[in-house]
Amino acid sequence: MTDAHDLPLLAPTLASLPLDLSPDLHFLSRELILSPQAFTLHTADQEPEASWPIEGADLKLQLGDHAGVGSLKLIDAHQVRAHWRFTMSKMPAAQNMVAQFNALQRARSEAQPDTQEQAKMPAEWPEESSESLSPPSTWTLFRLWRFAKPYRAQLLLGFGLTVAATAATLVPPYLTMPLMDDVLIPYQNGVPIQATTVMKYLAGLFGAAFIAWSLGWARTYILARVSERIGADIRTATYNHLLNLSLDYFGSKRTGDLMARIGSETDRINVFLSLHLLDFATDVLMITMTVIILFSINPWLALVTLFPLPLIAWMIHLVRDRLRTGFERVDRVWSQVTNILSDTIPGIRVVKAFSQEAREGERFYQANRQNLRINDRVNRIWSLFAPSVTALTELGLLIVWAFGIWQVSQGAITVGVLTAFLAYIGRFYARMDSMSRIVSVTQKTAAGAKRIFDILDHTASVPEPLHPQPLAGRPAAISLDQVGFRHGNRGILHDIHLDIQPGSMVGLVGHSGSGKTTLVNLIARFYDVSAGQIRLDGTDIRQFSVTEYRRQIGLVLQEPFLFFGTVADNIAYGNPDASRSDIIQAARAAHAHEFILKLPQGYDSLVGERGQALSGGERQRISIARALLINPKILILDEATASVDTETEREIQQALDNLVKGRTTIAIAHRLSTLRQADMLVVLDQGRIVETGRHDELLAKHGHYFRLYQAQLKLNAEPLPLDTATEGTPHATD
Amino acid sequence: MQLTDRMLTLDPFGTLQLQTGANEAPVDVVPVRAFPLGCPRQFIALVDQQGHERFWIDDLDTLPPETAAQIEANLAQRELIPRILRIRNVSSYATPSRWSLETDHGSAELLLKTEDDIRYLPSGALLITDKFGLPFLIPQQSELDHHSQRLLARFL
Ligand SMILES: Nc1ncnc2c1ncn2[C@@H]1O[C@H](COP(=O)(O)OP(=O)(O)O)[C@@H](O)[C@H]1O
Ligand SMILES: [Mg+2]
Repeated sequence: MTDAHDLPLLAPTLASLPLDLSPDLHFLSRELILSPQAFTLHTADQEPEASWPIEGADLKLQLGDHAGVGSLKLIDAHQVRAHWRFTMSKMPAAQNMVAQFNALQRARSEAQPDTQEQAKMPAEWPEESSESLSPPSTWTLFRLWRFAKPYRAQLLLGFGLTVAATAATLVPPYLTMPLMDDVLIPYQNGVPIQATTVMKYLAGLFGAAFIAWSLGWARTYILARVSERIGADIRTATYNHLLNLSLDYFGSKRTGDLMARIGSETDRINVFLSLHLLDFATDVLMITMTVIILFSINPWLALVTLFPLPLIAWMIHLVRDRLRTGFERVDRVWSQVTNILSDTIPGIRVVKAFSQEAREGERFYQANRQNLRINDRVNRIWSLFAPSVTALTELGLLIVWAFGIWQVSQGAITVGVLTAFLAYIGRFYARMDSMSRIVSVTQKTAAGAKRIFDILDHTASVPEPLHPQPLAGRPAAISLDQVGFRHGNRGILHDIHLDIQPGSMVGLVGHSGSGKTTLVNLIARFYDVSAGQIRLDGTDIRQFSVTEYRRQIGLVLQEPFLFFGTVADNIAYGNPDASRSDIIQAARAAHAHEFILKLPQGYDSLVGERGQALSGGERQRISIARALLINPKILILDEATASVDTETEREIQQALDNLVKGRTTIAIAHRLSTLRQADMLVVLDQGRIVETGRHDELLAKHGHYFRLYQAQLKLNAEPLPLDTATEGTPHATD
Repeated sequence: MQLTDRMLTLDPFGTLQLQTGANEAPVDVVPVRAFPLGCPRQFIALVDQQGHERFWIDDLDTLPPETAAQIEANLAQRELIPRILRIRNVSSYATPSRWSLETDHGSAELLLKTEDDIRYLPSGALLITDKFGLPFLIPQQSELDHHSQRLLARFL
């Protein structure tokens, strides 16, 4: 803000809205400020650009949005005074401005300008989980430490064994030196071989090999065990975290992708830890020790030997970046391939019904081709890389030979020293070669780890409160206060006000798409409201622990989902400790008992995928029994009878009547007749409540409900001929 | 029925009004494209405040030019799909990532929530939706400059 002293009458700012779009929809930053006297528009340097005085009670703000662009209009009775636009990130600020403006206008009309009522701010609590923008990198791998920590003792032991085993493998080349200089070369010069000396060296060779073998076995076993456990821990942790994410997250991810992440990525991390990282550690140790030994034998020869090393390091650095991005793409393409599988296999009936097998095959083929293409690209870099390293090591050997022979000819070193050097660097460069491979696997694993941490870092958008309120002993009165909800850039519910008495039954009606399911999803806290509050007995539901709160809610959906398992398991899903007689009682109340007894193995029959095929109504009654068994205080029925015939509906309806007794019930039904006994009917239209009242009251009103009801009566009286569906709209071209 | 500019008028609030018959009351309508990406100039509905379709236009080009212009002007006021001309830089190669862009609507910022928000259109174009639901379009990847292409490739 500029210096307040220079401005004689600085009006207080009631609300400010950062506008980021110009009238012709170009990106342009300005700020709209609401003060008691006027709206003023400021450019970036705080210069007021324009202002609109607030005069007259007929001045209104109209807020709307379409496809990611918000619009705020200042209108009076005759015209639009101003029209401002912004992207949806500014929507909360805009809503706040509208609220402040309305409060201001109300205060004026009530002619009490000094007791300015504090307008309700849009719900700010709990804050939207602020997503951090810090990127994970290869350092992501270090975050795996969180999972390795519990095993640190075993890891340390494994490392000690690695050091010892590596040292043991370095003994044999060292022994070639005396064997050459003290035994073979003197023999060539006519000195007889002494059996005891030879035996001593041979025993040394054997002993070193044996120790290296047994230590190597122990460390591989221990570390493989540990890494398998770390892999399993990562998998479970990721899955558990995933289960706790809100529906939002699942809505935005594809099943195949999530399956790939939890399945193959954790496995890749596991292999990396047990195999590649272990090898790499061994290699580093081996190289360090070799370097020390080489220098202790002959510094000059050692220097020459190590000459290609920096070259190799430089090459590794060069390809690293390219490889990493390449591998990330390989992963993504791979999950596209699995996505197609998880798309089509559950929908196989549709595929076959429309004979689209060939088309799905083609789709899979295309994804595979894309997969090949990207792999080819990575392999092009990769394939060049590995032979280059090998070539460099060959070059290194050549240099050592040349320099060594020259040194021997000069008498500076013995043949034994040269032999030892050649034996050492044979191993050394072999390790170099395998070490360079670590680059690619590390990058691959880092990419995998990143995708795992993508899940782990995702905070639930339905956050747990820090200090949850106790839930016990509440009568379950639900009240919704100015509730609004939006999905991305689409406003779905607006300004919902609703009070539900404990134990009463509320029916939600409205056209399909009017927001009924969304409303009950909010009440069940599958999502959090974007504005306003939902209260249970006066406490914001966001102050309860999510799981404890959901335990109070029984949910029966249009499409009942049964898990693979027995009928009894499915009924007892919400309460696995339920006794058999509890289960039977619930099934009886749900009118499911009799048909269950007809199944070949009764309550022990398998249902769900690959299990016993049940009809829609039968599955629905099992899911009602499931809801009954947890004895919920709040019951939500979302079109529980929509997909069944009238006969089954009557049976389900009877089951539901048992379920409803004594609970706060919110029922959505397509057939209005099923809601006649509701204590209150709420009519939704385009995300707003348009009418509330009892059945007969609403009918008497001759409003929305009346029309819905009439339409259904007519529908039942005379079946709708098919072609009337296309009547109505006039057409531009005939 | 042919849509003429007499049937379509602009009220003082800047809303289009449609009057289909001489004795019918005019209704507020908004034009909505059925295929905003695949086929923007054809298949346009005039929809009233309740979301009911009031009029159907097969092809904008068959309308009288003034009427078509009126509809287009209205669409242009509400629709924003900036074309990305250049990606200046990205805050990170891992999502969420903040991109700073040059578009045909001026310089802008895009917050990419996940790579899944990048959608391949059949025409070969890419549609990138930012965290707040604003769509950005890249008509042809190969038409971007080298720097932008390299940044983009990290997310594809
Ligand atoms: N996950 C979602 N993303 C975007 N829009 C959604 C989502 N779920 C529902 N909607 C939209 O919200 C509106 C209300 O949907 P819903 O509550 O399911 O309606 P109803 O249950 O009354 O038929 C619909 O227009 C629907 O398209
Ligand atoms: Mg629904």
